[in-house]
Amino acid sequence: MSIALFLEQILNGLQLGVTLFLMAAGLTLIFGVMGLINLAHGSLFMVGGFVCAAIAAATGSFWLGLAASLVAAAALGAIVEIVVIRRLYDRDHLDQVLATFALVLMFSEGVRFIFGSFPLYLDPPEMLAGPITLPGGLPYPAYRLAIILAGLLIAVGLGLLISRTRLGMQIRAGESDREMIAALGVDIRFLYTVVFALGAALAGFAGAMIGAIQSVQVGMGEPVLILAFVVIVIGGIGSIRGALVAALIVGIVDTMGRFLLPSLLANVMEASAARGVGSAIASMLIYLLMAVVLVFKPKGLFPANA
Amino acid sequence: MKKAVIALAAATALAAGAAQAFADPVKVGMITTLSGGGASLGIDVRDGFELALKQSGRDDIELIIEDDARKPDLAVQLSDKLIQSDKVDVMTGIIWSNLAMAVIPGAVAQDKIYLSPNAGPSALAGAGCNENYFNVAWQNDNLHEAMGAHASSAGYEKAFILAPNYPAGQDALTGFKRFFKGEIANELYTKLGQTDYAAEIAEIRASGADSVFFFLPGGMGIAFMKQYAGAGVDVPLLGPAFSFDQAILQAVGDAALGVKNTSQWSKDLDNETNKAFVESFQAEYDRLPSLYASQGFDTANLLISAMDAASISDKDAFRAALKAANFKSTRGDFKFGPNNHPIQDIYVREVIKEGDVFTNKLVGVALEDHADAYAADCKM
Amino acid sequence: MPKLITEHRLNIILALILLIGPLVAHYAEEPFLVTLATRATILALAGVGLNIALGLGGLVSFGHAAFFGLGGYAVGILASHHQTYQPLMTAPFVINGTNQMLILWMVAIIVSGIAALLIGALSLRTSGVYFIMITLAFAQMIYYFAISWPAYGGEDGLSIYVRNAFPGINTLRPLDFFLLCYAVLIVVLIAQWRMTGARFGVALQAVRQNEGRVAALGLSPYRIRLAAFVISGMVTGLAGALYADLNRFVSPTMLSWHLSGEIMVFIILGGVARLFGPVVGACLFVLFEHLFGSFTNHWQFFLGAALLAVVLFARGGFIGLVAGRVEHD
Repeated sequence: MSIALFLEQILNGLQLGVTLFLMAAGLTLIFGVMGLINLAHGSLFMVGGFVCAAIAAATGSFWLGLAASLVAAAALGAIVEIVVIRRLYDRDHLDQVLATFALVLMFSEGVRFIFGSFPLYLDPPEMLAGPITLPGGLPYPAYRLAIILAGLLIAVGLGLLISRTRLGMQIRAGESDREMIAALGVDIRFLYTVVFALGAALAGFAGAMIGAIQSVQVGMGEPVLILAFVVIVIGGIGSIRGALVAALIVGIVDTMGRFLLPSLLANVMEASAARGVGSAIASMLIYLLMAVVLVFKPKGLFPANA
Repeated sequence: MKKAVIALAAATALAAGAAQAFADPVKVGMITTLSGGGASLGIDVRDGFELALKQSGRDDIELIIEDDARKPDLAVQLSDKLIQSDKVDVMTGIIWSNLAMAVIPGAVAQDKIYLSPNAGPSALAGAGCNENYFNVAWQNDNLHEAMGAHASSAGYEKAFILAPNYPAGQDALTGFKRFFKGEIANELYTKLGQTDYAAEIAEIRASGADSVFFFLPGGMGIAFMKQYAGAGVDVPLLGPAFSFDQAILQAVGDAALGVKNTSQWSKDLDNETNKAFVESFQAEYDRLPSLYASQGFDTANLLISAMDAASISDKDAFRAALKAANFKSTRGDFKFGPNNHPIQDIYVREVIKEGDVFTNKLVGVALEDHADAYAADCKM
Repeated sequence: MPKLITEHRLNIILALILLIGPLVAHYAEEPFLVTLATRATILALAGVGLNIALGLGGLVSFGHAAFFGLGGYAVGILASHHQTYQPLMTAPFVINGTNQMLILWMVAIIVSGIAALLIGALSLRTSGVYFIMITLAFAQMIYYFAISWPAYGGEDGLSIYVRNAFPGINTLRPLDFFLLCYAVLIVVLIAQWRMTGARFGVALQAVRQNEGRVAALGLSPYRIRLAAFVISGMVTGLAGALYADLNRFVSPTMLSWHLSGEIMVFIILGGVARLFGPVVGACLFVLFEHLFGSFTNHWQFFLGAALLAVVLFARGGFIGLVAGRVEHD
């Protein structure tokens, strides 16, 4: 195994981490601010992917599709918040889980009804389609670099939003004491709608960007949902920084696990068994990681309300 | 579970007297995947089957369609319903091997005839074979074996192979290795449902392989091909038709162009039945048929041919009629091996673009008169 | 809305409906409906198991499919070894396969109990959404393991060709098997009823309502919760064992988080923490699937809508609608 391959895998791990952050950012925002477990997050991701594919196919422009997916996801998020989510803030976790689970069922069938069961076509835009040569001679897909850039920009942007703007101040206040901020005259209902729509927009944006290099089909949001939850739980719910750090850790652990486990195990067992066992363990690895983290730090690495 | 009871009233004047010679009507129960991920395969099989029934103009076949949503326990429940409640004579439709293994052994043990339009698990081709079970598509390993043979004859010497870590994936790589004579650069098992293949692609790049064989059905394959194209790794891709069917190709787009894949059927196979099938399918459903649709079509025609030769109430004669496979298949000549699985040519196709549509073009034959590797274990 | 009937009477009526319905179906020569009722009964049992942890104990476990699947696989593995006449283990002592249901049930209960002990011991150190996620994580681990371990079929699953044997009953007859499952369900329900009124049940509900006060009384909330979690896992494991025999098939789908979610759906549809809540919920779910499924492929949309309506407006589920709020007697 060469240094070049090792470095490329580290880069892949980081890229996977940023992708996971992109998926998880919206979820941690919603849960952190509103204390709401939103299982429909994966569905908003899916809607983003589908809208982008549909608009891109109709207009021929990926960028228009991307913009449309942001708008559509935000709008859908706002509507869902006003009609359904609003009634759930005071309920316990079970109700939130079940209500948003119900939304998942409805969104999935709704999308299938509108778009059919066949996967949709969505490709990255022409200018980002091929590889770029990184310093050192390593070719790397340009689009993945774009994803890394987008993810980091969003991380910085969210961080700035929360710490430097008025909205961010209200969000932070809402996280610590919901009743007090309402008593102080902040329109808490409007705030929550905005936050939910923002979280939905982030999910939809992720769906469009990631859908371009994966597949746009019903059910594309489910693996995302589980991964996003794993990331925010490891990172600590409500913490953007925690989500980013956890996402990077999960990305690297998963990538290196897939890459190294089979060959490491081949040292102690016969090759085909090593492959099978190694790959089985690699697929469970992030869950093992989450369980280990929770055993030692039951509220995640950087709990927001410590 | 859409219950579509199609009682075909005679739509055209029946000139073929032979078709009415054995008049016992046949009730067919089709359990297939019409919802959830992977529904496109079930929809294609159903559409192909229904097209054949419609074209035959017969009114003695009653078709009951149920949706298994890709859940094995639901499939078992539907099978119970079809057998106990609807009292079907013949069953068909299952797409996935795990659902097939849940349903078929029980169904054939209750003396129902099962015609598989897709799933071909090795257990049912070898020791688990049964006189009531006929597979009209292929045995699961066939297309992979064919690609192994083609890769060798095309001069590839060092192959990088990958598949998801589940029985069908493990079988796929085993099948490829059975016929590939070169060296295996690396054998990787990915996680079922994995969507990000950057790590695997990096390993392909570093391995020095001259070819990549992959089996990644559905969304997994779409993701892999798109990411592979973006990574600029020039090693040619090879795979079975499952990753390159009509529906998937439209979703992948340019990234799939030029890729070779193996299949027992291609839309440009040069025989009358196939040409008519492709044309009529396109006219009826406004899309090109996939190999799954051709399998559904052939299954229905096999059934009809058996009904022309024997009555369902005489099971032995009916089974013999099925085994004789005296029907016009979209693949040309069709024959069964001793374990009721097809012995057929497996072709190599290349992905091309015709106008706006991505599709496959026939470029060669990988294996001729290929039987499956498990026939010897079948004690029928 | 004023209640129509006391919960106790409602429970008896429901138990009778569930018994009489399939009997009628059997004599009307509709064995499939009997099979459908058996499926509802077994899923109800799984829900009863989860309800002990979730309804009584307030532990929202999103990983109960793990116990359901483990129970199922215990049966599947032992039965398959029996079918092929190969022992499961020869060292350090011989374990042969078996097809006796009573033994299989014992094994399923013990295996899922041990799993629940291990998973619970670790998970109960967390709370809230972390608890939900960690239970999900453990179930996912077992799921991915089952898919990739080829020895017992992996994703293809494992078939049990002939239903296992129970002394004195022909388990292949749908009605007989249904009555067996029904009897198990009733026994478990009676046991839960007694437990809820007994010291342990009271302590468990107290822990759910106010942990601090219970600790102040000198009891250990952690131990009480763990005990409840283990019992809950064992009951769900037993349901999994019955399910394996119903379908004559086990597969990793029994371990998927979808199933965990579905079991929760039964409970909420019927009424959380109500004794017969999971029973009603499972029956409604099976009816939905069967009836709506025949009309449209998109029946899950309506299931989602119904579930949403129940969560938002009919908090107590079906039993809450009909029998009013929980009585404290």
